[in-house]
Amino acid sequence: MATKMGIEVSVAIGEAVRLANADVIAAYPITPQTHIVEHLAELVANGELDAQYIPVESEHSAMSACLGASAVGARTFTATAGQGLELMHEVLYVASSMRLPVIMTVANRALSAPLSVWGDHSDVMAVRDVGWIQIFTENGQEVVDNVLCAFRIGEDRRVLLPVMIHLDGFHLSHVIEPILFPEQSEVDQFLPPNQYPLPLDPSKPVSMGDFGPPIIYFETKWAQEVNLEAAREVILQCWNEFGKTFQRYYSPVECYHSEDAKVLLLTMGSFSETAMMAIDKMRRDGREVGLIRLRLWRPFPFGEIRQAVKNAEVLIVLDRALSFGGPGGPVCSEVKSALYGEDKKPRVIGFVGGLGGRDITPAGFEEIINRGIEISQKGSDQEFEIFGVRE
Amino acid sequence: MIDTNRLIEIRWHGRGGQGAVTSAELVAQAAISEGKYAQAFPSFGPERRGAPVLAFVRISSQEPIRIRAEIAQPDVVAVLDPGLLRIVNVASGLKTNGTIIVNTRKQAGQIRQEFGINWRLATIDATSIAREILGVPITNTTMVGALVRATGVVELESLLEPLRNRFGRLAERNIKAMQKAYEETLVEERGQ
Repeated sequence: MATKMGIEVSVAIGEAVRLANADVIAAYPITPQTHIVEHLAELVANGELDAQYIPVESEHSAMSACLGASAVGARTFTATAGQGLELMHEVLYVASSMRLPVIMTVANRALSAPLSVWGDHSDVMAVRDVGWIQIFTENGQEVVDNVLCAFRIGEDRRVLLPVMIHLDGFHLSHVIEPILFPEQSEVDQFLPPNQYPLPLDPSKPVSMGDFGPPIIYFETKWAQEVNLEAAREVILQCWNEFGKTFQRYYSPVECYHSEDAKVLLLTMGSFSETAMMAIDKMRRDGREVGLIRLRLWRPFPFGEIRQAVKNAEVLIVLDRALSFGGPGGPVCSEVKSALYGEDKKPRVIGFVGGLGGRDITPAGFEEIINRGIEISQKGSDQEFEIFGVRE
Repeated sequence: MIDTNRLIEIRWHGRGGQGAVTSAELVAQAAISEGKYAQAFPSFGPERRGAPVLAFVRISSQEPIRIRAEIAQPDVVAVLDPGLLRIVNVASGLKTNGTIIVNTRKQAGQIRQEFGINWRLATIDATSIAREILGVPITNTTMVGALVRATGVVELESLLEPLRNRFGRLAERNIKAMQKAYEETLVEERGQ
């Protein structure tokens, strides 16, 4: 029997990692993820989780320690946010290239300067191309469920890749809400032990992360791409299996009243739930609007996106990050690329909003949708729209 | 009492270190243990002892809570520190039929007059109760007792387990403080 608890989402992540029986946690505290690793440090210190907790002096070291731990076949976890994720940056590539299934939660945070501990997706977008599987979550339950799934996906022999689970800093990390926890026996059944195929072992020596001259480098990178693509199937299988076991289903692109909608809004992360309230209200007013929520960020779900929006006339994409001097938001760019070659496609209108912890209320989402519709009719000379900024 | 069948939004005003965030957390946990949906969170940002802080609770007995934004139009406002009334507009956005709960030594009439409060008003000398029972002027658990008395958003009993989990060996004293505040809270309907 699952247990329902009123619990802070960060603490709940620690509990999920305990249920997953992680072997090594190497982490450096940074707001707004600190409570995650604090709780894990406490669990290890109290003997409630039989793991090595390695306190390090920086995020660069945290990820480096995770590489070593994962390479010997240990189930490895860490968490970070904002500047911490950026300090890890070069090591993130090494984790994916060396095929090490490190699992990391990122409490999404804005980037300096000015210094901001508040949430947006700037940190995520800066690590878009590091070769990790990346999953977005909308509430505490989804974070807990997907942390469990992440270990199973990443450690699967067909995948062997690191996984990031994104949760909005503060808007999710610091909220107390009801979360269902599965029994340990159920988790043990769902999540097999990590059996890394070629661990570092003095009795059977292997080399990892070797020198890669031109004769081999390109092949290793292509193998990595083929592999990340192949992970799609395993991710779908895992979510399907999770749903059958725990009755909560996840998919790469999730739809809310979208099937007959002429106008669609696309969001990622915790703001999606607030956006649903705007959709509900507009539907009550007789408007044909719907919501698309992008859950799987990498590998990008091209097919699912095309399918989900094919009958809409307008698609409004909300980004919570800016691509300076670029086409607006990174999510909108990806969506536009996915649709470019389609014969029948909606007009795509990009908005950037909610930077540095600024809330978007249900009324705000309604305004975004209305402005998007207006632009689709009248046109605009802007590459993208900005929402909620004082000019 | 207030209508607890719809979404109830509560905003806590305190100073960093007084435990407003804990108050919010305890109430949400009690509501969840009653099978309701609830959400609690602090005003987001760095924590600063002594500075005015906010904490928020949403409770819904009907459906899951999806909104993820700070509470701008609360049904209930609870003020942990009487000094805040002078420096913060604690009633900002409070609904016309809302309730305001103040930790104060003063009579309700005096508070109404001094701060122009026309809402339904509950008063409690939470600081004295906390000093007497806990030995420190930390009013988070006393104010939870006052909230339950003034609003009925959760049962007093539902708070026992969350308090025991949160305070360990200090739990019994906090429960006593909460109960005493519950008994002593005075509620005055809306002024004319």
